[in-house]
Amino acid sequence: MPEERDPGEVYRPVGDWTLAGIPADAPPATWRSGGEGGIHEVAPARYARLDFSGLGRLDTAGAVRLLQVLPASTLDAVGEHLDHIGPRQLAFVEAVARALHAGCPPRRHPPSLYALMERTGRWVVAAWQPGVLLLSFVGQVLITFVRVVLHPARLRFTSVVYHMEAVGLDAVPIVSTLSFMVGAVVAFLGATILKDYGAEVFTVQLVSYSFLREFAVVLSAILLAGRSGSAFTAQIGAMKSNEEIDALRTIGVDPVEVLVVPRLIALLVMMPVLTLLSMIMGIAGGGLALIGTIDLTPGAFTARLQETTELRHFWVGISKAPVFAYIIATVGCLEGLKVSGSAESVGRHTTSSVVQSIFLVIIFDAIFAIYFIEIGL
Amino acid sequence: MSSAEPVIEVHGLVNRFADVVVHDGVDLTVRRGEILGVVGGSGAGKSVLLRSIVGLQPYAAGKVTVLGHPVSREIDTDPELQRRVGVMFQDGALFTSLTVLENVMFTIREHYPLDETFIAELAHVKIVMAGLDSCDAHLYPRELSGGMRKRAGLARALALDPELLFLDEPTSGLDPITAAAFDRLLVTLRDALDLTVFLVTHDLDTLYRTCDRVAVLADKRVLTVAPLAEIAAFDHPWVQAYFLGPRGRAAGRNQK
Repeated sequence: MPEERDPGEVYRPVGDWTLAGIPADAPPATWRSGGEGGIHEVAPARYARLDFSGLGRLDTAGAVRLLQVLPASTLDAVGEHLDHIGPRQLAFVEAVARALHAGCPPRRHPPSLYALMERTGRWVVAAWQPGVLLLSFVGQVLITFVRVVLHPARLRFTSVVYHMEAVGLDAVPIVSTLSFMVGAVVAFLGATILKDYGAEVFTVQLVSYSFLREFAVVLSAILLAGRSGSAFTAQIGAMKSNEEIDALRTIGVDPVEVLVVPRLIALLVMMPVLTLLSMIMGIAGGGLALIGTIDLTPGAFTARLQETTELRHFWVGISKAPVFAYIIATVGCLEGLKVSGSAESVGRHTTSSVVQSIFLVIIFDAIFAIYFIEIGL
Repeated sequence: MSSAEPVIEVHGLVNRFADVVVHDGVDLTVRRGEILGVVGGSGAGKSVLLRSIVGLQPYAAGKVTVLGHPVSREIDTDPELQRRVGVMFQDGALFTSLTVLENVMFTIREHYPLDETFIAELAHVKIVMAGLDSCDAHLYPRELSGGMRKRAGLARALALDPELLFLDEPTSGLDPITAAAFDRLLVTLRDALDLTVFLVTHDLDTLYRTCDRVAVLADKRVLTVAPLAEIAAFDHPWVQAYFLGPRGRAAGRNQK
């Protein structure tokens, strides 16, 4: 029990004052601090001095709480207000008092109308800047790419092959499986609806047209954006936060040349290959589904495929592959280069990379669709 | 220091990574209230020793006891024990999504359900005591310099007023003035809170200013544990090169 000799004068704490337990009957705090704005008084002070003779263990939490019993004005020279305190404890309590005294001036908030305008301005800039940045990066990558192509000795061949394996070969199982499935689903749907008109044989065209022109390339692009675009961002982003990009620059090596161009070339080569694979698997999946549902023989299916499907559909589809590859590679690498510092930033930019590349792929696919129809392909 | 009660006991600790043996029979005792410096060449396994004692590093053989609790060979971080132990990692290891203040408050709040205002006050005191400016408390780790991150890491390690503090290279990368302030802070805290400190460092000035005893880690073992004055006389080529090299002599001279 705290012993109160002469109230208003000396407070004599008893027992341990630690984080684990501050006595429940401790006098109320006379002031609070909390960083911003420094100290503010909350109650009139009852005591002017502390007597340490009965105190057990004391830690930082206990010291803060004890000091709050005294008026805030004593913090300046707290040593003069403490009785029966050893030199070690005194040094410690003084250090705590000094730390309590340090307050951060509160930040001034601008009036709300200014704040609104400021936020609007920031939003506009934030929406505009990434587009400009992406466009300039597209150009920068193109120039570096052309330079590398003109001087093949600068091509990092090992790196290109490594990335071709990672983005191409390793993606074969997932691209072929998913294309097969989507092909089968399209065939099922088509057969079910066209059956009502007795036109189920046209499902063959439905599958072949859709896969050759659209599905194969878009499916591959979306899978690669999720699989490889994100990997590019994470790899380059981790290098950025580890200052490896800066290290490359100080060595006099262009990061775009060693990091971006090999990834771009790998995607440019592998995307059409995966698109071709996707076309084959999608049509195979559709064919198998048709053979199972509408009594079409394999021979009849291939014959119908050959007589109805023109080669131009294939060219329409495959011609989009390098464009999508370019989008995925540049967006993925640019987002990686935008990473700053923390692991959180790597995560944010990886998400942004996938979202942006899928968004752009679909936008460009729509533009291509209109264009090809207009020119009669 | 006064009592010789052991706080950390390590017997016959063996650590190996694949074929590389890092520790082969490490014996070490840390007494209550002392600041023990651990020195050793790069790759001598100082940090691995620290991690083994804290319970973050599964070890191959041996026995580790911290504050009377046996630390098992697997990753073993018992919350009851961790409450009494603070660890400061080399680069601070601050949670990037929280401000410095929230980093410290988080640690306190997880263990003691106190009033939020009081937790904030306490966390603020720790941050300023660790040598940061009051206004830095509201910054995120990415906005801090390397030295500030270290001090914020120290503030978080001290959050629960631990009995035992592990510091991994606390002064590396700090400027000499800040490093000296850190040394003074360490001694003040030890004296006032009866702290036991396990300090891994390369900083000879810190060794001379703060450590009661120094353990030398070399040849996969603890070669010797003794006060600095005796260590310098220890007859081992590495120890001689370390303490009697130009830097060692300069740091020793400053002390006199």
